[in-house]
Amino acid sequence: MNARGRVIKYGDNIDTDVIIPARYLNTSDPNELAKHCMEDLDKEFVNKVKAGDIVVAGKNFGCGSSREHAPIALKASGVSCVIAETFARIFYRNAINIGLPIVECPEATKSIEDGDEVSVDFDTGTIVNHTKGSSYKAAPFPDFLQELISAGGLIEYVKRQTQGGVV
Amino acid sequence: MGMTMTQKILAEHAGLESVKAGQLIKVKVDMVLGNDITTPVAVKEFEKIGTNKVFDINKIAIVPDHFTPNKDIKSAEQVKMIREFSKKMGIVNFFEVGQMGVEHALLPEKGLVVAGDVVIGADSHTCTYGALGAFSTGVGSTDMAAGMATGETWFKVPEAIKFVLEGKPGKWVSGKDIILHIIGKIGVDGALYKSMEFTGEGLKYLSMDDRFSIANMAIEAGAKNGIFEVDEKTLAYIAEHSNKPYKVFKADEDAEYAEVYKIDLSTLRPTVAFPHLPENTRTIDEVGDIKIHQVVIGSCTNGRIEDLRIAAEVLKGKKVHPDVRCIIIPATQKIWKQAMNEGLFDIFIDAGAAVSTPTCGPCLGGHMGILAEGERAVATTNRNFVGRMGHPRSEVYLASPAVAAASAIAGKIASPE
Repeated sequence: MNARGRVIKYGDNIDTDVIIPARYLNTSDPNELAKHCMEDLDKEFVNKVKAGDIVVAGKNFGCGSSREHAPIALKASGVSCVIAETFARIFYRNAINIGLPIVECPEATKSIEDGDEVSVDFDTGTIVNHTKGSSYKAAPFPDFLQELISAGGLIEYVKRQTQGGVV
Repeated sequence: MGMTMTQKILAEHAGLESVKAGQLIKVKVDMVLGNDITTPVAVKEFEKIGTNKVFDINKIAIVPDHFTPNKDIKSAEQVKMIREFSKKMGIVNFFEVGQMGVEHALLPEKGLVVAGDVVIGADSHTCTYGALGAFSTGVGSTDMAAGMATGETWFKVPEAIKFVLEGKPGKWVSGKDIILHIIGKIGVDGALYKSMEFTGEGLKYLSMDDRFSIANMAIEAGAKNGIFEVDEKTLAYIAEHSNKPYKVFKADEDAEYAEVYKIDLSTLRPTVAFPHLPENTRTIDEVGDIKIHQVVIGSCTNGRIEDLRIAAEVLKGKKVHPDVRCIIIPATQKIWKQAMNEGLFDIFIDAGAAVSTPTCGPCLGGHMGILAEGERAVATTNRNFVGRMGHPRSEVYLASPAVAAASAIAGKIASPE
């Protein structure tokens, strides 16, 4: 699986309150949530984001609340992947569970700039910056998470278990 | 090699002799929790699994507390949906307005969590129950759905940071000041993916309410969980509130820690976290002249009876500054009644403060005290991110109930001393 798109770059400690402010959590409709994605940090995000775009950020991306609405809003906005130095742990789980691709790669996040054209190969963990002509290597997911991802997320995985299929 | 408290609890729930940091394991859960924001998403995911029953009707708790009593039609629809789901599934621990409270104050009070439990909750502050010697951690809605269906979840076994608390804190230094001090020291990702284990002879000076505040904010340092060594106070609390069997886990002597911090509680000062991160801490002596418009005393961090007693001690016979709205929110019905019976409401109301029914309300900018552009609040809540309590250009300063009450009187951030 691959992602390719233009980079929208943010800094450290991007919290889930700015990814989707709580005042919009009286709905869980992905398209409604996408209308307000990143609103309190970057009012222009909803206007500039295009399908396939890649969000790149610093450390502790997705810190704060456990709201799954945050990765849902990013995914529904068209974001194809988030690359960060590190992710907050609940966001990390949520992203995998709902099928928003995420990659931890400190080297990539340091050198990739806003507007760069970047592609990510999730099988090999290779990130290519086409604008700068450089590439970076992310650590692959542990086997169990690969299994979850290839099953199509946690719910599909559990479905197979509860129906006596693959455990 | 020895195990930490957290590792021992996880090993037992995984049916393993031992586990080590980094290992991926599947564990049985003793409680699955959700609120009115996260449960609707979980219900939709649960339905996709294709099962028509939950794993155990007694081991799921659903607490509509964020936008309740419902603030608008959409939030009322969300609660209606989870109320109907709870009825259909026969979930015993659904707490309606009138019985509910802020979830992390409510569950321990109802005896639903005890030492040695594994708890997952679709709310990041689920880590609160570490105060009871339980392993508890926040997850998302999909994890909640899978937990409700199977009674299991997966974890990567965390390594731990040990905090050895020593000495006796001063009169105005509470659990909130201790955890703000720690977050200021290690940063908002200082414990990322790790456990924070609290131990040391200083524990004896910390009440259960202090410990709940500390464990509650472990997530604000990025931790997977915060957990306290069990002592007589923990056991007395469990005996008073629960009939559930419990088990005390103690870290092995040779357990490995990523880091060990010794913290002398006697040297700490009342501490305030400035906008817009909980790590931006200053002692009360360094705050300068910060005028404020609102004070909120409540939340899963500081809405318990001791928090209200301290606020009352500071507010007694005083008046809230004319430029300040002071909103006090007892975290549960039981705490509300207790505060009323102790005469705390007379003190609050005579001082010019408003007392609300239990709700998370203003903490997350939901309702019951939203800030306008340019306004500043001192709050006993847990997050001061951009826009957390309202307008993206409003500001939240996190503090203890004592500092919040003193600030309400002064009209600026002030010391209770």
